[in-house]
Amino acid sequence: MTLILLLSGSCADASKTEEIVISAAASLTDVFAEIEASFEMANPEVDVTLNLAGSSALREQILEGAPVDVFASADRSNMDEVEEAGRLVGEARLFASNLLQIAVPSGNPAMIEGLADFARDDLLIGLCAVEVPCGALARMALARAGITPIVDTNEPDVRALLTRIELGELDAGITYVTDVASRHGAVDGVAIPDDDNVPAEYMIGVVEQGGNTDAADRFVGFVLSEQGRSILARYGFTPP
Amino acid sequence: MTTGSSSRRRRPHRRPPLLLVVLAGLGLAVFAIPLFGLLVRTPWVEVPGLITTDVVLEALGLSIAVSLTASAIALLVGLPLAWLLARVEFPLRWLVRGIVTLPLVLPPVVGGAALLFALGRRGVLGEPLYEATGILLPFSVWGVVAATTFVSLPFLVITVEGALRNLDERYELAAASLGARRWAVMRRVTFPMIAPSIVAGSVLTWARAFGEFGATITFAGNLAGETQTLPLAVFVALESDRDAAVAISLLMVVVSLIVLVALRDRWWRSL
Repeated sequence: MTLILLLSGSCADASKTEEIVISAAASLTDVFAEIEASFEMANPEVDVTLNLAGSSALREQILEGAPVDVFASADRSNMDEVEEAGRLVGEARLFASNLLQIAVPSGNPAMIEGLADFARDDLLIGLCAVEVPCGALARMALARAGITPIVDTNEPDVRALLTRIELGELDAGITYVTDVASRHGAVDGVAIPDDDNVPAEYMIGVVEQGGNTDAADRFVGFVLSEQGRSILARYGFTPP
Repeated sequence: MTTGSSSRRRRPHRRPPLLLVVLAGLGLAVFAIPLFGLLVRTPWVEVPGLITTDVVLEALGLSIAVSLTASAIALLVGLPLAWLLARVEFPLRWLVRGIVTLPLVLPPVVGGAALLFALGRRGVLGEPLYEATGILLPFSVWGVVAATTFVSLPFLVITVEGALRNLDERYELAAASLGARRWAVMRRVTFPMIAPSIVAGSVLTWARAFGEFGATITFAGNLAGETQTLPLAVFVALESDRDAAVAISLLMVVVSLIVLVALRDRWWRSL
């Protein structure tokens, strides 16, 4: 299904001679849109197509042979699987980190104060599915806090979870700091104490099967560059 | 009503035209190739273990219960709707017909989102319902029923409406002229004549509900044992345990195929 999206998503611009597909974790949606624009400005011959989903879904697509040039994962383990399958050119690099935050609808109608509220049965609580990094990390944070959550839904990626919270269908969920910031005004954040918080580590690597490793290398270089880092920082990502 | 026509008409050619066979073969390939891919990937030895885990059995039970409920609701409200559309002239009937078929072409995710805006906790109807009764459709089994009904109901309405429109009204008029009351005409004449279509429509409705994914995950969420139907279980398993995903997919194919083949031979010959 996603392959079809990949094929139809590319725009046909005659001046663009190279095309690369970037599979990026859902939490990178906004920041990679800006990185894409800046990169294309500096490299007008390259047409970048973003393929956004949960890191585990992206990993599966790559393992199934999707023509992807760059993989940006929100954790190490999904990247490791792609690397171990021999799909990378060179090594994966750590390019940013991110912290977890409790996301609540604007105004915090259920008056969520912290992770302890996730054990309340009377609230509607959502998490990312355990397969995606935000779900695995959220469960680690809850375990550190000694909380057994009573969950109402496990969402396939962090943006799906965020949208439910924004709509007010859920009282609280655990997303990244950057996700809460991206919906400023529609979603409020409640801090998770440093002792419980688990940072997400974002890895990026060039995938061979996309067939355009040269342009892919340049894209990865751009993300790791001073300019790329400053864009990431503006969206709330911390340097590795 | 083509019964017997083949024996009356002489067949001009014994062998079908080659072009037709080739194109039909390509058409068949559209269905067969993905199925072949699934069978190639199936870890046959492990299948029994993979489809008898608690998660899969719960999902199977939920899928069966929900798809049957959706079919029952479709019969209850879809039959009258089909009759109305076929037999009663009313203003904007063309528009109602369009609305009824909309879920067939709408991406299910869009349907799920629309349901959320209408029946979610902050939805137009959902909010007053929640305030008054505490009933909440999202994240509950009734949310799954709502989503599957939304996408599957058109199959019953369209099938039955088509049958009613093709039905020669003279049979009903004859029965009425012989003194049968309106309800008796419907029960003794109309209903038996469109019964195969009702069955066919119900089966299509059931099959669509059984396989429903997009609207369900968007509207009702995903929680094993609560709202996770088989298609959702496949989706989750694809990212964690691919063998399990393939095994569950195979289970869905087998269940659907048994039902469709059995009922097609029994009921659809007239269509």
